[in-house]
Amino acid sequence: MSEEKYSILIVDDEQVVRDSLLHWFSEEGYEVEVAASAGEALSRLAARDLDLVIADIRMPGMDGLELLEKIRSEQLDTSVIVMTGYASVESAVRALKHGAFDYITKPFDPDDLSVAVRNALEQHRLKRENRLLRQQLSESFAISELVGQSEAMRRVREQIETVAAVDSTVLIEGESGTGKELVARAIHRLSPRRFHPMVVVHCGALTETLIESELFGHEKGAFTGAQYRKKGKFEAAMGGTVFLDEIADISLKTQTDLLRVLQEREIVRVGGTQPIKVDFRVIAATNQNLAELVKEGRFRSDLYYRLNVFAIHLPPLRERHGDVPLLATHFLEKYSRQMNRKFTGFERPAMELLASHNWPGNVRELENIIERAVVVGREPLIRAGDLAINRPSEGAEDLRLESVERKHVIRVLEDFGWNQTQAAKALGIDRVTLYHKIRRYGLKPPERSKANRA
Amino acid sequence: MNLAVRVAGARLVPVGNFPSEMLDELARRTGMPLAAGSLDPTPAYDALREQYDSTRLLVELKQRYSGAILGAAALDLFIPVLTFAFGEAELGGRAGVFSIYRLREEFYGLPPNRELLVERAVRELLHELGHLVGLLHCQDASCVMSPAHSVALVDAKSDDYCAACTRWLENRGA
Repeated sequence: MSEEKYSILIVDDEQVVRDSLLHWFSEEGYEVEVAASAGEALSRLAARDLDLVIADIRMPGMDGLELLEKIRSEQLDTSVIVMTGYASVESAVRALKHGAFDYITKPFDPDDLSVAVRNALEQHRLKRENRLLRQQLSESFAISELVGQSEAMRRVREQIETVAAVDSTVLIEGESGTGKELVARAIHRLSPRRFHPMVVVHCGALTETLIESELFGHEKGAFTGAQYRKKGKFEAAMGGTVFLDEIADISLKTQTDLLRVLQEREIVRVGGTQPIKVDFRVIAATNQNLAELVKEGRFRSDLYYRLNVFAIHLPPLRERHGDVPLLATHFLEKYSRQMNRKFTGFERPAMELLASHNWPGNVRELENIIERAVVVGREPLIRAGDLAINRPSEGAEDLRLESVERKHVIRVLEDFGWNQTQAAKALGIDRVTLYHKIRRYGLKPPERSKANRA
Repeated sequence: MNLAVRVAGARLVPVGNFPSEMLDELARRTGMPLAAGSLDPTPAYDALREQYDSTRLLVELKQRYSGAILGAAALDLFIPVLTFAFGEAELGGRAGVFSIYRLREEFYGLPPNRELLVERAVRELLHELGHLVGLLHCQDASCVMSPAHSVALVDAKSDDYCAACTRWLENRGA
């Protein structure tokens, strides 16, 4: 007798077909259910997991192909075999294109039927196994990227696991370079939405008009240059996660629109009139103190409370200094592998230098420094000289291009009161490039209240 | 008497013109008692398919006979959605039927082989009898309860139940 009991659902409007197949498959030792219509089949599928559906193409009401589409759109694992009394190449092709595993013509040869069913169930088993393995892999990967033995990081990892399972909005706070996007990705990968996309919006890199069309999409002709209708990020997320990075950088007008989307779960494309239902989860991140911005009237309090359902605070690297050696080793291994170099560790003075640095640019700064060291260093150990860290004691001018550029960017930003549009113009680069430089060097306005932000 | 025959307590009955010497041979080899008369298969005939609906034969058998009953036919049987059937039985029920029509070598264009035909018929009989008692298909290819939709597979199995199915029958008969 068979050890593993597979379940099969037979969908046919003809009683005699249901009866004979029910009998036939019961003898084979399968667990069999029957449904007289596609609608009934869907409610049975909603009630429990079934391994295989064998559905007739021609049925009154919803036909077999529509049922097949529904099953595929619901992302069910169930395999589908389509059967028909009228063999036609056209319907066979349609069935297979819609994701049916096989297509059989009534009446079936008993042997053909048993082979088709065996193959479909084998494929189903492989798919299920593959999904389980991928799930395990992504779970271990998602968390392992967040390196750190400190109490603070342990708490962050715990929070990620807790919040991933529920569907609430998450606000990630932390300085530039602390790994906010990594946390967002980990939450997405551990969440039930992991099979849907994660869409990232760097709010700081977009002007007000651009961000609206980025988030909500636009209709053709909505504004100059809108030659085609374009889906927004919320639509693109399709059941997945929207990660809004640098949320503090959006204008009050966009904040209002965003609040409406979060409340209504529907969007209207720029230049459009039809509301479109959207299903997504929002994870927002900021390197600023949102509560303070709310007090200053620069961030809507209702949007703040809507986002701040579950807050994760990422500590700056200087507050978890103990993690520096671990992170440094992690990045050394990562880049050695990537660049095919054979570094085994750090010389003692190099490690001491890393440990004494204050890390204003946080983990990203550390990562950049190690990446560079892997390029310039000589195997097998990284020396202090390979690390591009300013050593105040040495006093000599840092002539590296990177360092000069950093200083120059800060100077220009300060000249324009941190107005990024004007600063970018003066630097002769576009806003996005400037934005990336600000992130890369971990730059921040010296004192927020004095900054002249648009 | 075969274990399954004892557990099922079923009688064997010819359906239509079943060769009588074959019927006696099957009864002798399995120890199955014979029921009186024979079943008229006409109501189960499908003129379009030129085949006999085995599910309908089960209904006829139950109407005509009381107790567990197994029909032996020499007709081309079918189950509605399938092209043909070697036999059919109610799972854990009262009626079953099998046919020697597609077990004959002549059907496949080969010279007749009476001994082979009897062997195949015995296997089909015991297979349907197994279903009648409530046995499902068995994964053990040598077990008479293994599924076989071709004579090649019928020939590949033995004419006995595997250890697991035998145990099941013993528990059932106890």
